[in-house]
Amino acid sequence: MNHKNETPEQRKYLAKRHAASRRFRWYGLMGLGIALTTLFLLLGTMLLKGYSSFFQTQIQLSVSFDQTLVDPVGDKSVESLARGDYRAILGNAIKRAFPEIKSRDDRRQLSKIFSDGASFQLQNLLISHPEWVSTSQNVWLIASDNVDMWVKEVVDHDLPESQRRISDLQAKWLAFLEVNHQLQLRFNAMFFTSGDSRNPEMAGILGAIKGSALTLLITFLVSFPLGVASAVYLEEFAAKGRWADFIEVNINNLAAVPSIVFGLLGLALYLNLMHLPRSAPLVGGLTLAMMTLPTLVIATRASLKSVPDPIRDGARALGASPLQVVLHHVLPLAAPGMLTGTIISMARALGETAPLLMIGMVAFIMDIPGGVMDPSTVLPVQIFLWADSPERAFLEKTSGATLILLAFLITMNALAVYIRNRVERRW
Amino acid sequence: MVGKNVNYSFETMHLEASQNTTPPRVKMEAKGVDVYYGDKQALEKVDLPVPLNRVTALIGPSGCGKSTFLKCLNRMNDTVVGCRVTGSITLDEEDIHSPTVDVVQLRARVGMVFQKPNPFPKSIYDNIAYGPRIHGMTRDRTELDQIVEESLARAGLWNEVKDRLQEPGTSLSGGQQQRLCIARAIAVNPEVVLMDEPCSALDPIATARIEELIDELCNKYTIIIVTHSMQQAARVSHYTGFFHMGELVEYDHTEAIFTNPQQERTKGYVTGRFG
Repeated sequence: MNHKNETPEQRKYLAKRHAASRRFRWYGLMGLGIALTTLFLLLGTMLLKGYSSFFQTQIQLSVSFDQTLVDPVGDKSVESLARGDYRAILGNAIKRAFPEIKSRDDRRQLSKIFSDGASFQLQNLLISHPEWVSTSQNVWLIASDNVDMWVKEVVDHDLPESQRRISDLQAKWLAFLEVNHQLQLRFNAMFFTSGDSRNPEMAGILGAIKGSALTLLITFLVSFPLGVASAVYLEEFAAKGRWADFIEVNINNLAAVPSIVFGLLGLALYLNLMHLPRSAPLVGGLTLAMMTLPTLVIATRASLKSVPDPIRDGARALGASPLQVVLHHVLPLAAPGMLTGTIISMARALGETAPLLMIGMVAFIMDIPGGVMDPSTVLPVQIFLWADSPERAFLEKTSGATLILLAFLITMNALAVYIRNRVERRW
Repeated sequence: MVGKNVNYSFETMHLEASQNTTPPRVKMEAKGVDVYYGDKQALEKVDLPVPLNRVTALIGPSGCGKSTFLKCLNRMNDTVVGCRVTGSITLDEEDIHSPTVDVVQLRARVGMVFQKPNPFPKSIYDNIAYGPRIHGMTRDRTELDQIVEESLARAGLWNEVKDRLQEPGTSLSGGQQQRLCIARAIAVNPEVVLMDEPCSALDPIATARIEELIDELCNKYTIIIVTHSMQQAARVSHYTGFFHMGELVEYDHTEAIFTNPQQERTKGYVTGRFG
């Protein structure tokens, strides 16, 4: 549209302004594109590397549960079955499956295709099926991590024998088992039901998940009431003035303090001063609570601020006391924002590693924690520990655990978004 | 322009007495009220009687202190940072700043309606029931239902909302919301109702409806209304106070203010020469 009074200069200037806004849109799109590509690369590689950890190589054997070996007392009780010699049972089963292998060295090689955990697996199986005593059963047993890596072709099969951990002989047996359908990649239930282990094929993340859950529970129980109470006090009751400003500046600064500093504080306060147990979710939770508190206070204050003043005035003018104004009107309206802020800061706490290293949650712990005082580890620390392990098979465990952690984080953030969108602003 | 000379209107009350019936009793009275925001003085030596069961309008240009004065009457200024009120304000001859007066009780006796309708984001029913509930005015649901119905009826809203009491108060139109706020204020059975420009956010039809309502309500309540519109003051009020630059310039029978103002400044304002 040409205005009749428009000069050429004005037209040129207008064209420049439009060009600038077009350029700006392109910059934005480019930035977004780069961010999305990075995200998909990250998730893609994680999925590709990690999904295989949810499956593991298992070998089927016909095992005969000889009563003299597995049930020394003879009453099929748990105590008696727990004292059985399952190594011998496994040895016999392997001997029967490969009767032609006689030499001691070959036998040793043969038994190495099974995991050290296979005999424990037999024990657990028998304890849950005591009626199997004195019978023969076809059972799937876990293979060793080297076999697992070989079957998943993580290891190059064309490498010279001296450079791989599976000998030609073992490879031949594995090929034989596979042809007979006695070797399969099966769902790795152990990954989700057991704690950490030195043997990659037996390592699981249940211990870390439970540790994370207990730690987060403590973090939430400590930081949510404290954070909400401080935010409500600062926002609704405290006199505005120099002190309030001073406290606000300090809270903002605390929120920016690197998390490892809170780890040091936790170490000094909870371990050295209060002598709480090392590596315990209680201490981890308390440390993370200190880290979460400032963010929580800031988020809660922001959502309290967003409640319009006329609502407060309306309630006050009806004769509501200050506490009634807050409890009946301000908090219910601020609740969705507060909840969103809480979930997001909990998600941050879930992904936190550094402060937990300081309070000793980096130890190797096989047991699944039963309470907040038991030593345990958490998901991100478990990832850190596995990433540091030399065994090849821990690589996929690392990615697998990362996938689980990401799944939890995405779920929590999605929940926050859902709450934010679901509970519309009602004023 | 003459100095400050508030035409203290007991004379006009007598005038009213001679014209009609008994003179109205003074319900609230301000004597020598000064209000400061920090170092700035917002109101200076305001003396103003508020007659019982009459509508008193406070007019004046923006920033003249009329809303500030209104907020002093139910101590809504208490929470404003740096605000200080001196002088005496009495309700039934009792100073509202005396330590024996509980501000929560005071606000139950002196209700308030704000400039912008501010219904709670709750149901229409709960908006009305909130005040009676927190003051423990009812023993059971039937009594509460009755108060809700009466208040809505008195605010002229019952017929419009009786079938949708559980819908949110914010779903009503602007004029209905303001009447809801009036119903909410009278549900706690106050003696005085303060209205701070209650029609400034409303269209002319809704405004007319509220003005009618004010006319009906003044039989039961003492009403003080701050308004920007001189026509509105002339239409609804019995007494009018004109504020300018933090002073009460003139207070008189509404008719007198608009037809025969004693002060130059009042004359200038009501004839539209400034303001």
